Amino acid sequence: MSAADWSAVRITAALAFITTVLLLLVGTPLAWRLARSRSRLKPLWASLVAMPLVLPPSVLGFYLLLAMGPQGAVGQLTQALGLGRLPFTFAGLVVGSVLYSLPFVVQPLQQAFEGIAEPLLEAAATLRARPLDRFFSIALPLARPGFVTASVLGFAHTVGEFGVVLMIGGNIPDRTRVLSVAIYDHVEASEFDDAHRLAAGMVAFALLVLMSLYIVNRPRAERGGWAGAQP
Amino acid sequence: MIQARLQLARGAFTLDVDLALPGRGVSVLFGASGCGKTTVLRALAGLVRARGRVALGDEIWQNDACARFVPTHERALGYVIQEAALFPHLNVRGNLDYGRKRAGHTAPADGHAVDLAQVIELLGIAPLLARRTATLSGGERQRVAIARALATQPRLLLMDEPLAALDAGRKAEVLPYLDRLQAELRLPIVYVSHAIEEVAQLADHLVLMDAGRVLAAGPLAQLLGRLDLPLPVGEEASVVLTGRIGARDAPWRLARLDVHAADGAVDCSLWSRDPGLPLGRVVRVRVLARDVSLTRSAQTDTSIANQLQGTVEALADDATHPALALVRVRVRASAIVARLSWRSAQALALQPGMPVWAQVKTVALLE
Repeated sequence: MSAADWSAVRITAALAFITTVLLLLVGTPLAWRLARSRSRLKPLWASLVAMPLVLPPSVLGFYLLLAMGPQGAVGQLTQALGLGRLPFTFAGLVVGSVLYSLPFVVQPLQQAFEGIAEPLLEAAATLRARPLDRFFSIALPLARPGFVTASVLGFAHTVGEFGVVLMIGGNIPDRTRVLSVAIYDHVEASEFDDAHRLAAGMVAFALLVLMSLYIVNRPRAERGGWAGAQP
Repeated sequence: MIQARLQLARGAFTLDVDLALPGRGVSVLFGASGCGKTTVLRALAGLVRARGRVALGDEIWQNDACARFVPTHERALGYVIQEAALFPHLNVRGNLDYGRKRAGHTAPADGHAVDLAQVIELLGIAPLLARRTATLSGGERQRVAIARALATQPRLLLMDEPLAALDAGRKAEVLPYLDRLQAELRLPIVYVSHAIEEVAQLADHLVLMDAGRVLAAGPLAQLLGRLDLPLPVGEEASVVLTGRIGARDAPWRLARLDVHAADGAVDCSLWSRDPGLPLGRVVRVRVLARDVSLTRSAQTDTSIANQLQGTVEALADDATHPALALVRVRVRASAIVARLSWRSAQALALQPGMPVWAQVKTVALLE
């Protein structure tokens, strides 16, 4: 494999890792709020979170490009903060990936939180646990399968993205050139052997990731009626 | 003293109660499903926000008049529900420690602290400590849930039908533990139930609820003896008497229970099967109205050993069938209720103030 291809692998891995960490940090409180909310606006929030599932990535990428551009709201903010412009940078890719993979992290977490029976949290309250304490000592451990699913799906989905990356990342070697784009370039240039190496690697990676997910989240036979939701 | 004035409207249901429960012993909130007894308990715990005021002794947990509402996790209470709600990711020991560690700083300094080792012993859960909660039986789960609640050093124990999810066998397994608990720990308990058996065995104070209101409240013996209350007891109309084992007739395996009034004077004596308890032990007996018949004179040629001389105090319809009457007979300070047909009542010309003999065929020893 060429040095350029290795660079694409490294950038892809870094992008997926950073995106997943950010998504867990942002997605956990968001999923918790969605799971506990009894608001009439809940369907609206849930729909907004799910939008990247149905929108063509190019649509998302297009609007992100506009927003992050010199005239866009995000772009003006980043320039005012002295961060420059985000399009065609690694940071811009991270922002786009976070939005694009949001539902893949939030939905499993939300389901896991919704599977936690209210009486368990009430019992914790009667046992003197404050709200934040209840979240960390009861909700988080019971939602563990949801966190495994969310991390794996968030990571894997970010690795596989193409449209958003192309729109806002361009294709700058060593900076924003990720695996999926590298494969596309190889195919365009009729370098089918190179394309094969990367594509087959992706297939193996996807299989490995999903298998480990199903093994880790295998339901324990003796798990009682109060266990967290299964993915 | 537990005081609660609570109001809540939810759809067609309205709750409006004003309770003053004794600061010791077991108070049972008793009534049919949907009468609001669980809502009252949840409001005492702060899990439901009703309008009004809640106070435990001099501690005010809620007072809308000065916008005070102590959140659940700052109330020194234990709460046990039907489903036990044990934490599945912790073992039994972990469940017990969960509340104990967090409550460390709120333990009462006045000497009636709950000793966890004693609770583990009382509830018989020492062999379970290392077990995963999913492997426990229903009765074991419930005992662990009770111990977990007591480990927080509560000043009040709230129990919401803790036996309702158990079959008869498991119920019989847990009930004696509850009995021992309330005898050994000086901790007021508010207990929600719709089962008259649990009421008869556990209650000291009874609150009868219906459709979000309190119909009557008072000492158990007093309320069960009232004929004007629609107690949801079906065929099981009864009174509960408290007494001591006063003598035994060893060759015949019988024991004499001396029923005493609040002032300690003996009201009457009842013979029953010898439970094997030591003389002087205080016990509770339940006398079902259907096991009591009335005569106008003392009988000599009868198999019934328990004949109590008393006075007819009141007559009322029995809700189970129009042919049946309930008759309350005063025996000194105690009251016994007999169930007979209206035809028999008329044949004996029963009326308030008339002296009668109550024949008690059998009594059920409750502890």
